[in-house]
Amino acid sequence: MKDLKEPRLENSVSDSPIMKPDRPVGIVGYGTYIPMYRLPSTEIARVWSGGGRGPIKEKAVAGLDEDTVTIAIEAARNAVSRAGIEACELRAIWVGSESPPYAVKPSSTLVAEALGATPYLLAADIEFACKAGSEALQSAMGIVGSGMGDYAMAIGADTAQGRPGDVLEYTAASGGTAFIVGPAERAIATCLGSLSYATDTPDFWRRAHQHYPSHGGRFTGEPAYFHHIQSSATALMEGLGMAASDFQYAVLHQPNVKFPARVAKRLGFTQSQIEAGLLSNLIGNTYAGAALTGFSAVLDIAKPGDRILLVSFGSGAGSDAFAWEITGQIDARRDKAPKVQDYINRRQEIDYAIYTRYRGKLMMS
Amino acid sequence: MTTKVADDWRLRGQRYRLEGERCEHCGEMIFPPRDICPACKKPTKTTHTLSGRGEVYTYSTVLSAPQGFEVYAPYTVAIIKLEEGPMITAQLTDVASADIEIGMPVEMVTRRIRTQGDDGPITYGYKFRPVFLGQGAE
Ligand SMILES: [Zn+2]
Repeated sequence: MKDLKEPRLENSVSDSPIMKPDRPVGIVGYGTYIPMYRLPSTEIARVWSGGGRGPIKEKAVAGLDEDTVTIAIEAARNAVSRAGIEACELRAIWVGSESPPYAVKPSSTLVAEALGATPYLLAADIEFACKAGSEALQSAMGIVGSGMGDYAMAIGADTAQGRPGDVLEYTAASGGTAFIVGPAERAIATCLGSLSYATDTPDFWRRAHQHYPSHGGRFTGEPAYFHHIQSSATALMEGLGMAASDFQYAVLHQPNVKFPARVAKRLGFTQSQIEAGLLSNLIGNTYAGAALTGFSAVLDIAKPGDRILLVSFGSGAGSDAFAWEITGQIDARRDKAPKVQDYINRRQEIDYAIYTRYRGKLMMS
Repeated sequence: MTTKVADDWRLRGQRYRLEGERCEHCGEMIFPPRDICPACKKPTKTTHTLSGRGEVYTYSTVLSAPQGFEVYAPYTVAIIKLEEGPMITAQLTDVASADIEIGMPVEMVTRRIRTQGDDGPITYGYKFRPVFLGQGAE
């Protein structure tokens, strides 16, 4: 009988769930875009619950001529400016979103064309609720890490909509962030390790041809958000032999302010480690852009040698976890595009009536 | 609709990223691209992407918009003098009409231009907004 405990072949894949590229990779460029319009939570509360406050201060709302593609394009242009590469050096552009303007027709080809990155590249859209952008980031690391290409772009962008009056309407926001992955020697942040965790968990969904998503109410908490983030973050830190205290910053998916604060505490992080990357109070939940934009805000201020834990969550459900270390190249590149705080400061408040017009909630015919 | 789709497709270089031409004979920067240099009347073939920076030369606010643009009204159309020289007519965005001034520095952004019904294609293209921070200062 075969000995089940026979040692594995030397060149076999290890038992560790950490995904290790053949060559070291990192972020060589990053860029964010946040639309200028802001809808305060008090406006939604005024219309739907007779006043009071909501779960966040305000959320970012896309203008009439903006959508996931236009948001992705500006974020991507900022990333190219910082990377200092030609767009035609990108071998992949992946747009992760749950709100693409077309149901069928890639957003990524439009972004590629606007950048001047066509025609020799992979271009596709990725769908995995709020973790579509970090899924794109893992994939881009695969392209560069395997040597299939030197540069690949991952974008998470959304113009998220909540059903009017639903609790999600307070937070469903617009914005996005793009990363260019490249060889570690050109990186502003090198990847120390990453892993992904996915199960079939129906906490949130949108059926075909429906305008607004549905969610499993309380089911969205423990079995979905908390279980997946805690599992991926814990496995990554254990696999790397690291603890919360080894990181200067932690960036967690942020559907509101409460969830990331609670999960951070459970993972051993302090409020001061998560503050810089927690933007949901000021811009809302930008879905596929949320964790990535928090990471972008940290890259805007981090110092060489700082380590950052980035953990996304996508309903359905899954979580990607990444550990990063900032390199000395950050200082020469971060000022080549507007920072997250610049976009947060570029702010025009709107009321609920303008919001319904901007987000196409009025029936015109 | 088929003709419109073909036009949008053919013009995507200039519409999405301000792809123009530089005359190889006299150095004139040309936008939109054409076969003959307007300055020296010689044939041009060299593609050159413009920086997207310029200033408002003149402008006018549209209250009653043509078909396909109604959703955006009121909006402002401006003639922009690009820093490379060419004049370009485009919508301004992310700015209130009251805040627009002649000579105001602007930069190109790619936005939705129009949609044809709920089932037609979405046309994307250039618009201009007030220069945002140091973006493009490089
Ligand atoms: Zn000429």
